[in-house]
Parts: sequence; C-alpha cells; structure tokens
Amino acid sequence: MAVFKQQASKKVPNLKIGVIRWLRENLFSNAVNSVLTLLALYLIYLIVPTVANWALFDATFAPVTNEQCGREGACWRYIIEKLDLFIYGFYPPEAYWRPQWVVILALAFVWIAKLLKQHKYKTKIVTALIIIYPIIASFLLYGGPSLEIIETHKWGGLMLTIVAATVGIVASFPMGVLLALGRQSKMPIIRFLSVVYIEFIRGVPLITILFMASVVLPLFFNEGMDMDKLLRALIGIILFQSVYIAEVIRGGLQAIPKGQYEAADAMGLSFVQKTGLIILPQALKISIPNIVGSFIALFKDTTLLLIIGLFDILSMVHLTSSDENWLGRSTEGYVFVMVVMWIILYSMSRYSKVLELRYSTDHRN
Amino acid sequence: MSTNIIKINSLNKWYGEFHALKNINFKVKESEIVVICGPSGSGKSTLIRCVNFLEKFQEGSITVDGTVLSDDIKKIRQIRSEVSMVFQHFNLFPHLSIIDNLTLAPIWVHNKSKQVARNKALQLLDRVGIRDQAEKYPNQLSGGQQQRVAIARALCTSPKIMLFDEPTSALDPEMIAEVLDVMVELAKEGITMLCVTHEMGFAKKVADRVIFMDEGQIIEENHPKAFFDKPESERLQLFLKQILSE
Ligand SMILES: Nc1ncnc2c1ncn2[C@@H]1O[C@H](COP(=O)(O)OP(=O)(O)OP(=O)(O)O)[C@@H](O)[C@H]1O
Ligand SMILES: [Mg+2]
Repeated sequence: MAVFKQQASKKVPNLKIGVIRWLRENLFSNAVNSVLTLLALYLIYLIVPTVANWALFDATFAPVTNEQCGREGACWRYIIEKLDLFIYGFYPPEAYWRPQWVVILALAFVWIAKLLKQHKYKTKIVTALIIIYPIIASFLLYGGPSLEIIETHKWGGLMLTIVAATVGIVASFPMGVLLALGRQSKMPIIRFLSVVYIEFIRGVPLITILFMASVVLPLFFNEGMDMDKLLRALIGIILFQSVYIAEVIRGGLQAIPKGQYEAADAMGLSFVQKTGLIILPQALKISIPNIVGSFIALFKDTTLLLIIGLFDILSMVHLTSSDENWLGRSTEGYVFVMVVMWIILYSMSRYSKVLELRYSTDHRN
Repeated sequence: MSTNIIKINSLNKWYGEFHALKNINFKVKESEIVVICGPSGSGKSTLIRCVNFLEKFQEGSITVDGTVLSDDIKKIRQIRSEVSMVFQHFNLFPHLSIIDNLTLAPIWVHNKSKQVARNKALQLLDRVGIRDQAEKYPNQLSGGQQQRVAIARALCTSPKIMLFDEPTSALDPEMIAEVLDVMVELAKEGITMLCVTHEMGFAKKVADRVIFMDEGQIIEENHPKAFFDKPESERLQLFLKQILSE
C-alpha cells in the first residue's frame, strides 16, 4: 500500500519546436516521405518560375496596344481595358452605381446584423432586412417606377454570375428545407410528391433544365406573355439546386437521434416547434459543409448560362477575345476568370469553416 | 382517499405481430410512487411510453388526469404538458445551453415569459446542485450532471406526473447515487412518479408500490416490503435472486 501526496497543478509545458526538427518530423520522417518531398519540390521548381515569369515578370501592365504587348508574357492591359465588361457585361456605364449600391447595401445589412448581437429585436430586424433586401436589390438592378429600366439581356459578367448564384442559393435553401422535411413526412401524399420531384430533377443535368427553361417553358405561356429569359433561367437553377440542398439536409436529419424527437414530443412541443427549435437547427449544423459544397458547385455551374445565351463572366472571355484589337488574348481572360472564381469559392469554403466552428456545440475541450 | 390520476384499462399493444403488452390493468393514485421492474424486453419502457403516447396502442384505454388518450393531437399535447419524462440517455438538446434546455418548454408550451422561466430554471438547477453550470452545453457535463439537468428540465413545467425510464442505467456507479438522491427528494414532495428502475434500494426506500412485469404482463404487484420479503410468483423470486446476487 502506498499513499501519494496531493500535487499542485503545473503550467502546460512549452511544446514549440525548432524549424529543423519540424522539417525532419514532417517532411523527411522516412525514406518514402523524403522522396515524395523532393519530388514535390521538383514539381514546384518546374511550374512556379514558368508561371511567375508569364504572369508577372514578363507581363505588361502599361497602357499599350495588343501589338506592343509581348507574346512571351501576359498582357494584363487587355483585362484592364475590358474590366468593365468582365464585371458588368453590357450594363450601361452610367448606371454602374446601381449594382455598386446593391453590394454596399448587402455589406451594410450584414454589418447591422452583426452590431445587433443580442439585441431584443434582433430576430425581427434581421428578418425584416432579409425580406427588404431582395426587393431593393432587384429594384436597383432592374429599375421600376422613377428608375430607368435596364433589361436583363444587358446584364452580364461577374454581376450576372453573382446574381444567378445568389438568387439560386438564397431561394433554393428554404425550398430544399421544405423538400427534405416533405421526404420525411408521415403524410404519404406529401412524401410521395417530394420523392417524385427530387428523384426526377436529380436524374437530369442542369444544362437540360436550363434548356427546358429557356425553350420549353415559353410554350406553356400564352402568345405575347413573354417571360424574361434570365428569370426563366433562375427558376431552372432554383428547381435544380433545391433538390441537392434537400438531399444534403436529409442526410443531416437522418443523423439526429430518435431520442431528440422523443424528448421534444414528450414536452408537448408542436410539430412546427419541434422541427424549428430542435430538429432543424441540429440537422443544418451537421449539414453546413455539404450545403456550402453544394453552393460552390452551383456557383461554378452558373457558367452554363452561356449556353442559353446569357453572358456570365466566363462568356465575357469569348466575347472580348474576338475583339479585333485584342486578338489572341483569351489565355489572359481565362486565367483572370479562374483567379476571380477561385477567390470567391475559396472564401466561401473558408467561411464554411468559420460557420462550423461557430455553431459547433460539441464544446468538448 | 385520493383520486386515480392514471387509469390503464385492458391495454394491449403490438409491434407488428409481436404482442408487447398483454391486457395491462392498473391505476396510480395522486402522489403515489410506483416502481416498475422486470427483465429486459418485458415491456416496461413500452408501458410507460404509452402513458404520454410516445407509443401508440391498439386496444384498451388510458386516462391521465381525467383526459382519455386518443389520436386527437390536442389531447395528447394537453396530457404531455402535464406529464414529464426522464429518459435513460438523458436526451438533452445538445445545441442549446443548459438554461435554454430548461426554459424551452415553459416558454413555448406553457407561454411563460422568458424571465419567469429563467428564474424558475435557475431555482431548479440550484435544487439539483448544478446552478453554476447554467450557461454550459450538455456535452460539457458528466453523465450524472446531465441526468440531473434532465430531471430539472422535466420539473420546469411543474408537471403533475413524472415518468422515469431507467434514469440511472446509463450512468457509472459513482454517478447513480447523485441522481437517486435527487429522485428521493422529489418523491418526498408529493409528485406522482412512475418509475422504471432496477435500483431496488430506491424502491424499498420511497415506493408505495412495486410492479413486476414479464413478457408483456404484470405478474405481481405489492407494497415494497411484501414485494421483496415475500414474493409470491416463481418468476419474481427468480428475478429478485438474480438482481440481488449481482
Ligand atoms: N419499436 C419496436 N419495434 C418492434 N419491437 C419493439 C419495439 N420496441 C420494443 N420492442 C419489443 O418489445 C418488447 C418490449 O420492449 P421494451 O423496450 O418495452 O422492454 P423493456 O422492458 O423496457 O426492456 P429493457 O429493460 O431492455 O429496457 C421487446 O421484446 C422489444 O424487442
Ligand atoms: Mg426499457
């Protein structure tokens, strides 16, 4: 038998390690690892200098013509010249302030929501903002009473891409939630309709749906009642995206243990309360990474709008590179679009990580 | 003589073809503490889950506080608002803090103001000895603490009846005592309790009646003293022997 003295708590030891030791432990821990490290370094050596030379050191930024731009380096002058087209499409330059305000308002509203923190009326104010914003935004972009109307066939570039993706994301989300709940419903008719809808749309590629929306949908309307082309495309995108959101959320719903439903039922919560307060918050939290993944996929898919004659940012490369003053510069265009897309999508994926952490209630230390 | 707050009449329940509850008849008086025990699969959980309609039954009737249970969702919710349940696996809501777990039903089902609900919740947390954990989340607590939170949550709506389904059997031995202490305190206060448990010490100490179930039937019921000292049926004698030899 032995009795031990009680010990005082000590500080966590400092576990920082030197650079050399880090290298040895992480990059050269064994033979295979070392070979892979060297191989990777060699690949970087092959790629990075070439790309850097083309994109930066041999590149031209100065105001020159296409001929004065060298062929060995990128001619970014072309992007700068065409930047307005890349961003706004054929939106009239004198109205650029309108999309600009749409962005400013979005940032302002997010900022307001942040400021409110635990304010008594936070939910009410945020709900109001969420309802008002789309109305103001579409009024600004499209026009209406006392504001000149700018037809959607003039919209284009990054602006169109963002409009299509945002509308698709925002509108498909509630629809996806409803579909996911419908698929789990105890009512056979609702369940049947949800399943049929989901399985039908899931079996069809987006491009088909866009074609249907732009070619077939008008057949159902009376002569003369012409529906806006962008609007039709947006409806197609929403129909398509809501199904993927629904399936992602269904996965989240299935991960909720039966005990959660039972505890909520046993308290006497109504179906709506149980769903809204207990089940959905948990299901959505689990689904965040997949929801964002699905949004990222949609964002990329908006490039398909080109096929039905809407000019998103990617189609602007086609268009501007056929300008006879700037022939042969589509590489620069594609690289530019790639970088813009990457920045947006990578931000989305980082933001998803932030959300995951914020709503993580595991709270295990 | 006090009134019967729960009346169960010729209750029969099937899971598919499987006859899970066979002609159950019993009554619980107001403020009575009834303990139900029996071997695994004997239908104890099924029985008490019928009382708040977490399980549907096919035959017979259950009356709770004068309301007859039926498919009518309004009546079911009415009964559920008076009957609280504590589960084996606590079933706290992991996305809500402890205090929000407690105030949820008072606010949404009983239309209490936030402040009133919060005060009552803190008072109850105090009673089960974890007031200082109010702002934490369920996963940050030990099993025993979580079950005490679950009991406090069940009490928050001032229920007339408390149902317990093996509240201590998912807990480590050293945590069982802290939960049983809370339950003993409760029993003394005159709340009606229907409790599935194998804690025979608890049954001896506070139960007014003990019911033994096997294969979906009530085999024997008696006052605790007679139940433990002079079991009549062979099956109960065997069961007690097994349980006490553990
Ligand atoms: N959802 C279900 N579907 C089919 N059979 C079920 C279902 N739930 C329970 N049963 C069966 O009904 C019987 C009674 O189950 P019940 O859970 O009431 O037993 P119990 O007495 O609570 O047992 P334990 O002590 O293990 O909790 C068991 O044979 C079980 O297999
Ligand atoms: Mg059980």
